[in-house]
Amino acid sequence: MSAATTDEAIRRIRADVSRRKVLDQVFVVVGLLVMFAALLVLAVLFIDLVRTGAPRLNLDFLTQFPSRKAERAGILSAWVGTSLIMLTTAAITMPIGVAAAIYLEEYAPKNWLTAIIEINVTNLAGVPSIIYGLLALGLFVYQFQLGQSILTAGLTLSLLILPIVIVATREALRAVPRTIREAAYALGATRWEVTAHHVLPYSMGGILTGMIIGLSRAIGETAPLITIGALSFIAFLPQSPFTSEFPFVSFAWLTDSFTAMPIQMFNWVSRPDPKFQVNAAAAGAILLGMTLLMNGIAIWLRYRFRKRINW
Amino acid sequence: MSTLQTPSGAPQGGPGPAAPAQAAGGRIVTPRPSVEPGRGPASEEGVVVKSRAENLSFHYGPVRALKGLNIEIREKRVTALIGPSGCGKTTFLRCFNRMHDLTPGTRYEGSIHLYPDDFDLVAKGVDPIEVRMRIGMVFQKPNPFPKTIFENVAYGLKVRGMRSNARIGEEVEKALRRAAIWDEVKDRLDSSGLSLSGGQQQRLCIARALATNPEILLFDEPTSALDPIATARIEELIAELRDQVTVIIVTHNMQQAARVSDYTAFMYLGELIEFDNTSKLFTNPSQKATEDYITGRYG
Repeated sequence: MSAATTDEAIRRIRADVSRRKVLDQVFVVVGLLVMFAALLVLAVLFIDLVRTGAPRLNLDFLTQFPSRKAERAGILSAWVGTSLIMLTTAAITMPIGVAAAIYLEEYAPKNWLTAIIEINVTNLAGVPSIIYGLLALGLFVYQFQLGQSILTAGLTLSLLILPIVIVATREALRAVPRTIREAAYALGATRWEVTAHHVLPYSMGGILTGMIIGLSRAIGETAPLITIGALSFIAFLPQSPFTSEFPFVSFAWLTDSFTAMPIQMFNWVSRPDPKFQVNAAAAGAILLGMTLLMNGIAIWLRYRFRKRINW
Repeated sequence: MSTLQTPSGAPQGGPGPAAPAQAAGGRIVTPRPSVEPGRGPASEEGVVVKSRAENLSFHYGPVRALKGLNIEIREKRVTALIGPSGCGKTTFLRCFNRMHDLTPGTRYEGSIHLYPDDFDLVAKGVDPIEVRMRIGMVFQKPNPFPKTIFENVAYGLKVRGMRSNARIGEEVEKALRRAAIWDEVKDRLDSSGLSLSGGQQQRLCIARALATNPEILLFDEPTSALDPIATARIEELIAELRDQVTVIIVTHNMQQAARVSDYTAFMYLGELIEFDNTSKLFTNPSQKATEDYITGRYG
């Protein structure tokens, strides 16, 4: 091969590569545009909420009960209610969701019955939340007589996010390599020991992430809470979970009626007095902040748990 | 016990390495049962037989992957399983610790006797967990748990119910020394097992298996993911373990089989073609198929 043909060949290769790389660069531009568009919408929304709600974004707003006078109304009962509901939801969802996922992933025989259950779990994640509200109204409020309580709200939102948590947990469990399971089995571990000592701890990062994604979904839900009869005007706090007498913790708050952030917002938005719009915006900014905080925790947890584990 | 001799003066390790564990009063981590003369069957050359597969077949669903194998595994010797890919050598190895039970739709036929108590490893009704309490395994790819080096080795002991931290510490050190990795890790027992190099990880896995005092240690191509230097260290280690434990090793590498093993079994299409002393099998095989394989004509 002469030097001339070699030069020619190299030129052709270079031209070919740079022509094909055009698509690469086009995708980078498109991807950046799409990403910024999404982030921009969120940022504009957040800034708008903060600007509109600025006059009410202060400590008083967090420590005052709702009132008929817009400038004196606060979100104390709403954020306490939301926090307690989230706590209840997490406490109910975590054991049930993780246990269900472990059973489906590690224990269940692979047959048509488990296949149907699997498909349905995934489908349940797409059921509109109002349907869960109606189910909860019939089941928890009327059938089990749990009332319009924090417990009912927690159970309802648990139903809503269980499919999300189960699917996320199964993904996390599946990510533990087969070789690790085999190593534990080969040492004489039982199925439960393999699960409890190895598979579960190693997938905890993914499980907690799924859990918090579920809770982030639940925190903004309004429809099912309204359906089960949440009140929008609550001028008292649930009973304290801490008592001065033994055993120092009380679960009486579970049966108290409640309001929640999205309900409070919904109530204010639907009022004619424009001053309440300011309150709604301020509450919205705080709710968004709570969600971002939870997602931040999820990212931090994932980072912490995965730092040690790189298969 | 120490006055008893093995028959025919066979170079028998005796209960030496197991004795300290016994003296320490370990109820749970049982030392390997010492073989009494006349109890464990003796092979032709007088070496004690540790295990005997009789007419062993194995099925994956409708596929018959092993076809009536008969083989004797000698105690405190290294037995290599060689053969082309798909010949069933790994399948055979994984029968010894019932690893196939993790896959649904598998079935054993025949028997694998474990001596001296003539325990049939693959009998129906035998709990695979009981089998795995007595037989250890080292895998193809190093698979340490993402826990500390110490916890990796201690895990088998904890599964066996050992609670005393002092005893666990002792046993972990002993196992790490036996696996020739103690000097490299003694100052960082608390760092992750995954922080080690590939070869060190594999020796950690060997220590993890040794800590439970297995009667047979299975190696499934233990060096296939390692570089030549790490491979040489593992091979040295297996040669050292020969005095302490019965070893069965699957290998793709015929030089490795020749270097580390006392006996070699050549398998082909799920059958045992030839089983003999390693030197005999590699220099003077009696079967045409064996000769073709070891001279590189197929596989």
